Amino acid sequence: MRGHCDNIFFMSAVSAVHAVQEGSTSTVEAPVRETESRSEEELDVPWQVVVHNDPVNLMTYVTMVFQRVFGYPREKAERHMLEVHHKGRSILWCGVRERAEFYVQQLHGHLLLATLEKVV
Amino acid sequence: MEICREGEALKISDLDPFLAELLRQIPMSANPEGAPTAEARLFTKPSAEKEVCAEWKSYVEPELRRLFRSATDTVAADLTQLNGNEKSLRNSTLCIPFEHADAWLNALNQARLVIAERNKFTDEELNDHDRSPIGSRRDLSLFQVNFYGFLQEFILREMESR
Repeated sequence: MRGHCDNIFFMSAVSAVHAVQEGSTSTVEAPVRETESRSEEELDVPWQVVVHNDPVNLMTYVTMVFQRVFGYPREKAERHMLEVHHKGRSILWCGVRERAEFYVQQLHGHLLLATLEKVV
Repeated sequence: MEICREGEALKISDLDPFLAELLRQIPMSANPEGAPTAEARLFTKPSAEKEVCAEWKSYVEPELRRLFRSATDTVAADLTQLNGNEKSLRNSTLCIPFEHADAWLNALNQARLVIAERNKFTDEELNDHDRSPIGSRRDLSLFQVNFYGFLQEFILREMESR
């Protein structure tokens, strides 16, 4: 995930600061800057979070997860749950990839069948 | 069996030895080992894009494994209240602290998904809540899925009314 790359960058910066604070005389390596490999056009493409039907998860549980993960009011969460139940899938959210990945991770943590898809 | 709220806990009392044994089996039932389809259900692919799946496997899946393990460990610790009664025919009591409710919901869900995958239950079977009597290992597994679902419903209702 991109957050991971940011962390590596942050950690090298932190070690560099520590080395200076400890009065180290050794040469401090310049932090390596991660380069973004995705094109700007690719970054602009919105992604959607899709939840798929699953016969095991309880309807009340799915509603609770939607409320908790997306902060949706109960009525909206129930509407999405029923769409999943009747139509087999529902688009819960649409936007930047990082956020979509975060939501899908949360949904998988609650054991829902969720995917992220590029909006075509 | 009776379930009620007692202070900051859910109390399951008058638990007969059969249901107590089903509860004791939650952590073991949640383990997908030896069942690749169950493992695949717990750790589903996040996308059709290969690059997304590769990153997911490296960074997110280990986090999910830790989360699921932590939930079953919490449940296993609560279930030690039932230890020592395995051979007894007396009914027992189990208290689940509210702060463990999320772990219970998660572990019960893991167990239900793994059992359903191992048995390849059909939608009709999963919706047949009044199937009785238990005449086979398959019937018992289905009863286990429904019993764990009933517990989830109760925990959810109590969480909502807090």
